[in-house]
Amino acid sequence: MAFLQLNALSKRYGAVDAVVATDLAVEKGEFVSLLGPSGCGKTTTLQMIAGFVDVSGGQILLDGRDITHAKPASRGLGVVFQSYALFPHMSVRDNVAFGLKMRKVPAVEIASKVKQVLELVRLAPHAERYPRELSGGQRQRVALARALVIEPPVLLLDEPLSNLDANLREEMQFEIRRIQCTVGITTLMVTHDQAEALSISDRVVVMQAGRVTQIDVPYKLYEHPRTRFISDFVGKANMLAGDYDALGTPQVRHEGGDGELTLSLRPEKIQLVDAGTGRVQGKVLDRYFFGSQWLYRIHTSLGEITVVRSNDGSPPLGRGTAVGLQWHADLLRVLAADEVHP
Amino acid sequence: MSRGYLLSLPALVLFAGLLILPLGLTLVLSFNVFDYQVGVKADEWTLAHYLALFSDAYFYEIFWRTFWISALVTLLCVVIGVPQAYILSRMGTPWRSIFLILILTPLLISVVVRAFGWSLLLGADGLVNQVIQALGGRPLKLLYTPFAVIIALVHVMLPFMIIPVWTSLQKLDPSAEQAALSLGASQTTVMRKIVLPQVMPGVLSGTLIVFGLAASSFAIPGLLGGRRLKMVATVVYDQYLSELNWPMGATIAVVLLLVNLLIMLSWNRMVEGRYKKSLGV
Ligand SMILES: Nc1ncnc2c1ncn2[C@@H]1O[C@H](COP(=O)(O)OP(=O)(O)O)[C@@H](O)[C@H]1O
Ligand SMILES: [Mg+2]
Repeated sequence: MAFLQLNALSKRYGAVDAVVATDLAVEKGEFVSLLGPSGCGKTTTLQMIAGFVDVSGGQILLDGRDITHAKPASRGLGVVFQSYALFPHMSVRDNVAFGLKMRKVPAVEIASKVKQVLELVRLAPHAERYPRELSGGQRQRVALARALVIEPPVLLLDEPLSNLDANLREEMQFEIRRIQCTVGITTLMVTHDQAEALSISDRVVVMQAGRVTQIDVPYKLYEHPRTRFISDFVGKANMLAGDYDALGTPQVRHEGGDGELTLSLRPEKIQLVDAGTGRVQGKVLDRYFFGSQWLYRIHTSLGEITVVRSNDGSPPLGRGTAVGLQWHADLLRVLAADEVHP
Repeated sequence: MSRGYLLSLPALVLFAGLLILPLGLTLVLSFNVFDYQVGVKADEWTLAHYLALFSDAYFYEIFWRTFWISALVTLLCVVIGVPQAYILSRMGTPWRSIFLILILTPLLISVVVRAFGWSLLLGADGLVNQVIQALGGRPLKLLYTPFAVIIALVHVMLPFMIIPVWTSLQKLDPSAEQAALSLGASQTTVMRKIVLPQVMPGVLSGTLIVFGLAASSFAIPGLLGGRRLKMVATVVYDQYLSELNWPMGATIAVVLLLVNLLIMLSWNRMVEGRYKKSLGV
């Protein structure tokens, strides 16, 4: 049995189904992300696990113990909130020590544990400061230290990086992963940022309108999105109409109109080749520069297609350039129709 | 002169005309000689009224009563008002506005009317005593006791405690309470260690307003304390209108103002000093 297990977990708010029959199994030491658009029920799921929201149906098991209706205090989970939720009237040290004091840990032990965890999050020099004297990233670390110091069985993170600016976000992302690996703690992180989820998770759980629609390791999720929604939400995708050929292989439909299949083709899987060669002919409509790569919007007989090409130093194509598009047929993915409509 | 100063002129005139001027005149009056035959002698000066005040045990008793009643009223307002403000801030959308209005509407009714209401309730054959008698008990003397004055003052002053505390509560992050709960704190600990320290600035303003208003209140002690249970403001009134000894009345008023200021400033310093570092006020 998994370390943290959700069995058909549900939550209704009046007429709103916030979370519908969610099953999830998180193994010990694993880093799992809950990924989905805003309002899909991620926070509600996390809050049910933490014990702040009453469960409407289903079961939460922690290490085999049923904690569905246990009080938050008795679950002993580490929670990091989106707003950090630091205690503004306490110093960094007192914030971090709070959980240990509640557990009546002897003062000497508190001092050494607080020191240790502050070193782990690289905040030792700021122990005497108050939260309002810290930057966003430092507050984030205090929140993390405060949750970790009680050595909880599971760490729950609700959009831990969404209040940070882009540079800091990437840095903290790696920092969280480093800390999680050092401590080896089972972690469940909520995020609406697919890049964040893909880069640091062992597995990603995609949620949509209160339901789990796919659970996979990041690479598999990206390469084999199950539905149209997931393909679009996780990374960029070109949606092409297609049919099965006589051998049962999916083929792009060149005649136009709706095919029996929806195929997904990632923009970086397409090569730009000389006009007249390749599978499809097109003309550059627009190009955008992202530093490490170029993004082209190309008009073709299949509709508009997005192509991403890494910036290898060669000069970019200008607007109006005629090009051919080439790809490996086995990189086409067949998508299932969306069973959930958000 | 810059436009800014010019714009503040109306407020300055109002402030000077309605506060500084009467206060100054009261101060001057308190040093004037008083004669029961001819009244106030505007050009003769004396410290006699202050000496009389400080040497008369009667005044000490009045001042002491005024301040312990005000302190008790303030304490009761904290004990009742802080939880009430907390509950209010945790209410759902329609109820919060309804209860906030319920708390504020009494302010629209004159204090005199509310004091009369209490005297009807607490009188010798008022509603309370009728109920006691109907239940077979002996009627109690409620009116013209400190009890009547305190209960009515608490009733009148409560909004002045609830509003500043409620304002501080609005600034609280509710997830900080959840964080404390998940770290193993009980609901009472959350209240004591997380909520209360953060609303201390609101409580402090509330106590200052309530204490100041209670110590200088007139209508309620006048109507519910009666002739025997006097407080400072009612004594001032007596001096002005019964004794016609205006300088003595002015002296008492000035001393009340000074003592009140002294108590409030020391209280402010004491509480703020304790929370300054942590709350950054
Ligand atoms: N306390 C609440 N009362 C009523 N509806 C709520 C409440 N909390 C969340 N919801 C609803 O539940 C759904 C899921 O919300 P949430 O879990 O916060 O989404 P997410 O964190 O994925 O953005 C939303 O439709 C939201 O409006
Ligand atoms: Mg959320």
